[in-house]
Amino acid sequence: MRSTMQRRVFIPVAAAAAVALGLTGCVGDEAADTSDIDCAPYESYGTFDGDEVSISGTIVELEADRLNESWADFAACTGMSIDYQGTQEFEANIRTLAEGGNPPDLGIFPQPGLFADIANGGFFVPAPEAVEANVDEFWAESWKSYGTVDGTFYGAPLMASIKGYVWYSPSEFEEKGYEIPTTLDELDELANTIADEGDHKPWCASYASDAATGWPVTDWIEDYVLREQGPEYYDQWYKHEIPFNDPGVVEAFDAVGDILKNEDMVGDVTAGLSIPFGEGGLPILDGTCSLHHQASFYEGFWGDGVTVAPDGDVFAFLLPPVNADDPVAVTGGGEIVGAFSDEPAVQAFQAFLSSDTWANNRVELGGVISANSGVDASLASSPLLEQSIEILQNPDSIIRFDASDLMPGAVGGNSFFKGIVDWIGGESSQSVADKIEASWPTS
Amino acid sequence: MRTVDLIEKIVQVGLGLAVFAAVIGLILFLADKAPKKAKDVVQLVVFLAPAIILLAIGLIYPAIRTSILAFSNKAGDLIGLDNFAWIFTQPDAVRVVINTLIWVVCVPLISTIVGLSYAIFIDRSRGEKFFKALVFMPMAISFVGAGIIWRFLYDYRPAEREQIGLLNQIVIWLGGEPVKWLQTEPINTFLLIIVMIWIQTGFAMVVLSASIKGIPTEQVEAAQLDGTNAWQRFVNVTLPGIRSSIVVVVTTISIATLKVFDIVRTMTAGNFDTSVIANEMYTQAFRANEPGRGAALALVLFVLVLPIVIYNVRVLRKQKEIR
Amino acid sequence: MTSTPVAAPIDTDVARPGTTKTARVKKRLTSRGATIVSLIIAVLWTLPTFGLFISSFRPEEEIKGNGWWTIFANPGFTLDNYSEVLLSSSASSPQLGEYFVNSLAIAIPATIFPLVLAAMAAYAFAWIKFRGSGALFVFIFALQIVPLQLALIPLLQIFSGILQPFQESVGDALNIPTSNYLQIWIAHTIFALPLAIFLLHNFISEIPGEVIEAARVDGASHGQVFLRIIIPLAIPALASFAIFQFLWVWNDLLVALIFSGGTSEAAPLTQRLAELTGSRGQEWQRLTAAAFVSLVVPLIVFFSLQRYFVRGLLAGSTKG
Repeated sequence: MRSTMQRRVFIPVAAAAAVALGLTGCVGDEAADTSDIDCAPYESYGTFDGDEVSISGTIVELEADRLNESWADFAACTGMSIDYQGTQEFEANIRTLAEGGNPPDLGIFPQPGLFADIANGGFFVPAPEAVEANVDEFWAESWKSYGTVDGTFYGAPLMASIKGYVWYSPSEFEEKGYEIPTTLDELDELANTIADEGDHKPWCASYASDAATGWPVTDWIEDYVLREQGPEYYDQWYKHEIPFNDPGVVEAFDAVGDILKNEDMVGDVTAGLSIPFGEGGLPILDGTCSLHHQASFYEGFWGDGVTVAPDGDVFAFLLPPVNADDPVAVTGGGEIVGAFSDEPAVQAFQAFLSSDTWANNRVELGGVISANSGVDASLASSPLLEQSIEILQNPDSIIRFDASDLMPGAVGGNSFFKGIVDWIGGESSQSVADKIEASWPTS
Repeated sequence: MRTVDLIEKIVQVGLGLAVFAAVIGLILFLADKAPKKAKDVVQLVVFLAPAIILLAIGLIYPAIRTSILAFSNKAGDLIGLDNFAWIFTQPDAVRVVINTLIWVVCVPLISTIVGLSYAIFIDRSRGEKFFKALVFMPMAISFVGAGIIWRFLYDYRPAEREQIGLLNQIVIWLGGEPVKWLQTEPINTFLLIIVMIWIQTGFAMVVLSASIKGIPTEQVEAAQLDGTNAWQRFVNVTLPGIRSSIVVVVTTISIATLKVFDIVRTMTAGNFDTSVIANEMYTQAFRANEPGRGAALALVLFVLVLPIVIYNVRVLRKQKEIR
Repeated sequence: MTSTPVAAPIDTDVARPGTTKTARVKKRLTSRGATIVSLIIAVLWTLPTFGLFISSFRPEEEIKGNGWWTIFANPGFTLDNYSEVLLSSSASSPQLGEYFVNSLAIAIPATIFPLVLAAMAAYAFAWIKFRGSGALFVFIFALQIVPLQLALIPLLQIFSGILQPFQESVGDALNIPTSNYLQIWIAHTIFALPLAIFLLHNFISEIPGEVIEAARVDGASHGQVFLRIIIPLAIPALASFAIFQFLWVWNDLLVALIFSGGTSEAAPLTQRLAELTGSRGQEWQRLTAAAFVSLVVPLIVFFSLQRYFVRGLLAGSTKG
């Protein structure tokens, strides 16, 4: 009896194990080869033979591969082994791991708000001097402030992206004689022209993104607050020094509402809530809408065979300022690296990640940009990214982090999104802004 | 992965299983050898202690901690009932509670009825295993997979574009206009409930089928010889034979339903009046960084389970009396 | 053992000619309506998965462009989705085989441990009389409502504070590598216990009392009764719970992520599958294939354990 049972359980298990073994067999054993690496840039970090550093973040797949590649030489030369674990659950799990006493050595945080929460919980160790020196040298003051909580500097930024691009079809513009708008008014005029003469709506709209449905619209609102009210106002807004429902913010909601809640501009207003955000801009390719507001990373969404260039299938211009001669003001995103351990190997790695060497390594591998001023813009993998790096490095640009990522989780990760959904669904700007203000945590 | 790593992993599993078997075997053996007088007590302890100790560490202690958290703010100070006051002053609090009640009534009821009928209808039929596997399959698909499957089904495209959602295509075949299903209230809540029913029916079916097979064959045969029809046999023989299993299935599905948030979260994120308490709990505790509010919502869930618990206590008492 | 006529579990149809005859009789008696209803249920329950299955063989543009039912109008067959899921080799997630091994290494012990412990506890609640038995049982069953998410932090604190140092010192002393899986096994075991005890108690308490009383009168200890009578008789229940527990563990991502100690060495298949959607979820069409890849093992388990759902075990035992 016993043996029959064991055999019957054993066979499928053995079969599964055999399949697994077969799969493993396809990939050979690998070994690191340091002989032809130029170790000169990494000598100053010292050697850490046998030390292990674990690092975790939301970055997965191809981008995770590039991340691993970007520090492979560093690891080989210093002798440490770096174990990166990427999971989309990182943001939800990191607090549990930190509180449970078992976090990774380093975490890559896409949201300064969450970063500050963890810092306030007392889980981070302050950044070592080498990191702070790098940040002072290579980053703008505003970027440093996102890694600073209550006066203590905890971590340096990693990569960046620029929000507030408007994607369009260069060939359509050329054919119909449209000009790239230089002010928000011109943009509205352009949209009206497209609406009047075209057989399609000017704006594409898509806001669905699982639990974060509505976030593409928060980017719109932030862009308008920054452009209409200026950077000081923007800072006061995300820090809650002025209430969320301040008249200036409501004004921005109304301005965006003139576009996104206008049937002439987007067609069926609420349809966007059901369309995955990644698919929203694609109709530009078949000419069923002309303009799509989305971040620089949208470049990766167009698919194979679509060229992203000023003379290609699609390209993007920055959402223009209110007046043509206003300084360039953009919202952006990025990651901050926080440390849960002060082991020497961890600190050396942290310093490396904040250096221009790493930033150039990573930008050269393609697909991303960094706000590190030591980056050589010509290394960027596309015209758009090159242009983005130049904007980030221009000392006159006004750059602000995505406000929803800076606000406390209760607002930036919850009520702001929910408010947007209600707002698109027909609620008034004032009432939605009031609701979001009421949800701002008191402590 | 190198071959060495693979062997190491197999060794780890083998070692784990061996140590576990050795420990269990040893304590059962020692309990047998206990002095006669204390034997019953020792045996009771041996049978219960492993489970109780693990539960105390992994669930009871956290449950107590959660209860304390429910009365605390973020800084850890006790603040009385503020978190509960917050829950019930939310603009859509009533809606969330009503939705939760709709879920906990619909899902167990329909899953159990469908699962039971299916189990009976295919019992002993040719291809039973295959038929069972069909309904069981949704259970084996992860929530992520289930989310994709059903989002596909409910997908909306404007009328001028080709639909990729089956439900809207059917509407169009019938001459209608495509509907934004997940935004259309109140049908969206029921569409989400269907997903949970789709998953849980497999559970009900498997458990009830195992239970049906436990009914002594001669009882069924005797009823057959008496010339009763299928419905009479079901009411007089099958139903009494599996009553306690039905209670177990309904209870389990009810609790699972109260706890489920993945479906709501991935499909509507609680927007469009579809939120349930568990989804609010998850959002507060893990996205909004308000563990106190999350814990308070967990306690509210616990209160909702109490009627189910009480009902089970009564069933249990009856069983003991019969025995 | 030999006293109970519970020989090796056997397929009803093959080994019990008498039953087959009854089956035929019954089949004639079940109405045509029942057959139709069960067919409808089967189709309704399969259709969504079927659509996904068809889609998993379609190219990305087709999946996103038109419905799977138009496969004949828009033919397009590709194994790309599967090859990406099975073979795509990237530096950070090199071999699917490793994830398979991890998932199995997590799921097998995490199914067996709670099964054994819960069966023991269920037996105690059902057949050992002690004061407070009912109350304790209800309390344990009510623990099902504790949300897993809220139990993670305290458990992790205990693990990283006590279990891990202990494990490391034992590992050092005996010179064996510490297990990455131990924490995951224990966590899964704990979270499974309330439901397992509840389900198994239902079956074990229904075993006819005479059988157990008789054995007890003959001088068998509880341990002997448990091993020789309860386990064989509860096989269908044990098998069904084993299936569910295996599934839950197999499909779990959260517990594995939290308790894997921050390394990717113990990461299960679900993590790989979650990654396939890409950083921003733009590649979700790959999940169509991924869902079926991860479905294979649970189905194997289901089919191989299904043979234990045998009719008439209990009936046979009372007769004998």
